[in-house]
Amino acid sequence: MNKKRPVFLNLFAIQFPITAIVSILHRASGVLLFLFIPCLLSVLASSLASEADFNALRDTFSQPLAKLLLWLFLAALSYHIIAGIRHLLMDMDIGDSLQAGRWGARIVLALSVIVILLIGVGLWR
Amino acid sequence: MAINNLSYGRHGLRDWLLQRVSAVIIAAYFLFLVGFWLTHPGFDYDTWMSLFARPWVSLFSLLFLISLFVHAWIGIWIVATDYLKGAFLRYTVLILVALSFIAFFAWGVQILWSVPA
Repeated sequence: MNKKRPVFLNLFAIQFPITAIVSILHRASGVLLFLFIPCLLSVLASSLASEADFNALRDTFSQPLAKLLLWLFLAALSYHIIAGIRHLLMDMDIGDSLQAGRWGARIVLALSVIVILLIGVGLWR
Repeated sequence: MAINNLSYGRHGLRDWLLQRVSAVIIAAYFLFLVGFWLTHPGFDYDTWMSLFARPWVSLFSLLFLISLFVHAWIGIWIVATDYLKGAFLRYTVLILVALSFIAFFAWGVQILWSVPA
């Protein structure tokens, strides 16, 4: 095998297929959700600790920064679930041809944008 | 030669199945919480506490916690073996993640147990 094959790995110049973008976003959102686990537990603990803690938490989430973080978490969660449903469908041989895979990826992105925007509207309304 | 690096004393098919079963449980739990929140307009502490006081909700929450850590562990393991080069770095990170998951799981159980039935 020729060991001096040319290597081109400039990530900023490579144009990724839409299926690759959906795939890497699924991974990135997964890692982000993993980082949110301690926050999630901490919020659950305070929300159930006492009425005063519950109300304090409610005040916290009316602050812009906390709201933004909550939106980020819900956005990652929504995307991860929507892209995950595509995975489950493809496991059942639904939409797993090349062309259907591309359409599935477009649908995942479009649906996620809509859901994430709706959550944003719900949080700031 | 194929290096058996994808399966560290584990089985690909088992992980594949666990990842999907846990995914469905986690998604169902979050949708359940969102659904509960949307159907209770005057959402307050008492509503929230009475939800977690129900035995089946405690059971569902415990199932969710187990699924969450199983799912996150398989996911992080896959990502770590893909992107973290060098056995030392990879296993240091994975051991720290495993230890934190044990602690977080214990914390989660403690939170659920603290709610009076």
